[in-house]
Order: sequence, then C-alpha cells, then structure tokens
Amino acid sequence: MEKLTLTVNGLAREVNVDPNMPLLWVLRDLLGLTGTKFGCGVAQCGACTVHVNGEALRSCVTKVSRAVGQQIITIEALSENNDHPLQLAWAELDVPQCGYCQSGQLMSAAVLLREKPNPTDQDIDDAMSGNICRCGTYPRIRAAIHKAAKMQQEGVKP
Amino acid sequence: MKKPIILGLMLLSSVVMALSFNVSKKETKTEPLMVVKDSIASVAAFKQVYAVLMSPRCMNCHPAGNVPLQGDDSHLHTMLPKRGVEGKGVLAMKCSNCHQAENTPGLHTPPGNPNWHLPPDNMKMVFQGRSANQLAKQLVNPKQNGNKGMKELIAHADDGLVLAGWNPGEGRSLPPISHAEFKKAWLKWLQTGAFAPAK
Ligand code: FES
Ligand code: FES
Repeated sequence: MEKLTLTVNGLAREVNVDPNMPLLWVLRDLLGLTGTKFGCGVAQCGACTVHVNGEALRSCVTKVSRAVGQQIITIEALSENNDHPLQLAWAELDVPQCGYCQSGQLMSAAVLLREKPNPTDQDIDDAMSGNICRCGTYPRIRAAIHKAAKMQQEGVKP
Repeated sequence: MKKPIILGLMLLSSVVMALSFNVSKKETKTEPLMVVKDSIASVAAFKQVYAVLMSPRCMNCHPAGNVPLQGDDSHLHTMLPKRGVEGKGVLAMKCSNCHQAENTPGLHTPPGNPNWHLPPDNMKMVFQGRSANQLAKQLVNPKQNGNKGMKELIAHADDGLVLAGWNPGEGRSLPPISHAEFKKAWLKWLQTGAFAPAK
C-alpha cells in the first residue's frame, strides 16, 4: 500500500492503495466516480475510457501509478454543466440505449473532436473503433459527433 | 633470498597480465565492425534471422498495411487501430492508451513496452509479405531501414522493442530461436557481408 495523490477532475485526491491497482478501481471503488464503467477489464471494449493528460486511456489496464502527477478527467467533469457540445448533441439525438458504453464513447469522441474539429466518417471510424456498444447505437453516435462538430463550429464551447 | 624476489616478480607480472587481459577484454566489448565477406555463411545466418523476423512477434508490428497484426495467426489487430504519422496510433486510438509500459497480466491482455509503436508512416519497414531476398536488401538500405548504418544495425539487436519479442505476454508464442541465438545470427549475417539469399 502506498499513499498516492491524484489529480482527478481538477481536485487533488489522496488514496492509500497498491500502486498496481487499476486506475478504474480507484476511480469507481475508492473515489465513488461511478460514471466510468467496467466492461471487459482487458482493453477490449472502451467502457472504462477516461482522459489522462488529454488521451483516451483505458483505465481498466492502466495502473494507478501511471496516473500520478497527470491530469485525470472522468465523464463527471467532461464539462461543468453537462454542456460539452458532444453531451448536448447526445441528448438531442437520444444516442444512448442502455447507456453502459456511453461515458466511454463520449470520452473517446471528445479526443476526436479536439484533434479533428471537423471529422469525416473515416476519422470517426478511426477514433471510435475501440469503443464497443452492445446495443448498436453506432449510427446515432456517428450522427451526434457530426452534430457536435457543427455546434462547436457555431461557437458552443467544449 | 633470491627466491622470494623471483616469486614476487612472477606474482607482479601475473597481476599485470591479468590487468592487461581485463583491458583488452574491455576493448573487444565495443562490437567489432570488421566485415569479412563470406556469402555462404552470410546467407546461412540470414536464414535464421529471417525466421525470427517473420515470426508473429516481429512481423505483427511490421505490417504491410496501416493496421498492426495480432496473435500467432497474424490477423488484423481487433478494433483496427491505425499507424498514424509517428506510428503511435491516432485520435482516441493511440497505442499507449491500452499498451502500458509493461505487459498487462493475464491471458491475451495487451503486451507492453514504454516505447510501444509501429514504424512511422514515412518509413514503414514492412516485413509482412517480404521474401528473404527482399527483406535482406531492405534491412541494409538506409532509405528503407530508418537511416541505419552498420553500427546502428548492430545495436538494433538489443533494442528494447526487439527484446520485447521474447517477452510477449501470456498466450503468445516466442520467436523460433532465443534472443542470444538471434543476435549471434544477426551479427554473423552483417559481419559476413549481409548477403541476400537468392529468393
Ligand atoms: S473495461 Fe476497459 S476496455 Fe473494457
Ligand atoms: S448503449 Fe448499451 S452498450 Fe451502448
């Protein structure tokens, strides 16, 4: 066990953990941030995606020690008031079905929009192929990403 | 009275000899660059090298396309992650989003390395589909091997990612020979003139 200080959603959080513990367990079980989901535990589904220094890391295979000193952002803080263009577009197009995969989808989509503000369908495929949706909401995810890109261009701030 | 002096001199000279052996040992440690051409030995050594480079542990990250390969059957990596400009993936699919600095424990979980990547887009260094003849020529062509000269090629045998091939994580086969045997064959091939097999 070790005392580690993490920066999660802009706040310093101290945890007493085995440094090999997956970041996902720390977020969900110790810090109560249950918006990030556990799907497969082996980097196959994307449900556990969070941002670590802006990259869409799979927190189920990321040791908490890797995240020390880095900026960790979870779905709870993708935006201040659930008003990231992606969240607005998601709500408008009713993207989620069961919802289980959606926080991971949003975190990956946010990296995509940051790097490609006007993504093509191919860019969307390239960015989102690691996030599986067992409900098959892919067409709505694609439409919502295009919509969010448009909103962003019209001035809605991420 | 003379005996101890002679003994002392003998001891001293053996110490000097031992020291000089040490020195010469150190000197030979810098890898010899001398090439003695021998096409038969060279082609024989490359046969072993080729078997390693075409094994899934090496070839899977030297694909013909822009998607890495996976598994002992070298299928396209599930999720189809892309090479990207630097070989480190793209957008929300960067290699190190899943591949950690070390192997993740468990069967078929992501293998890891601090420097996990594919060759970059402008220097793809493709192994997949190359004949022994083609690959041998490609490996010593600086325009196709990442601007490596003899020294860099020799050093490459101990590159961290090359070594990772022999620490592939649970559920993956090893290259056909040990790293020590590979390195020996690699050096032999280079030092005998890096001849390409006929086919
Ligand atoms: S839970 Fe992490 S990728 Fe599936
Ligand atoms: S909405 Fe159910 S898994 Fe994606």
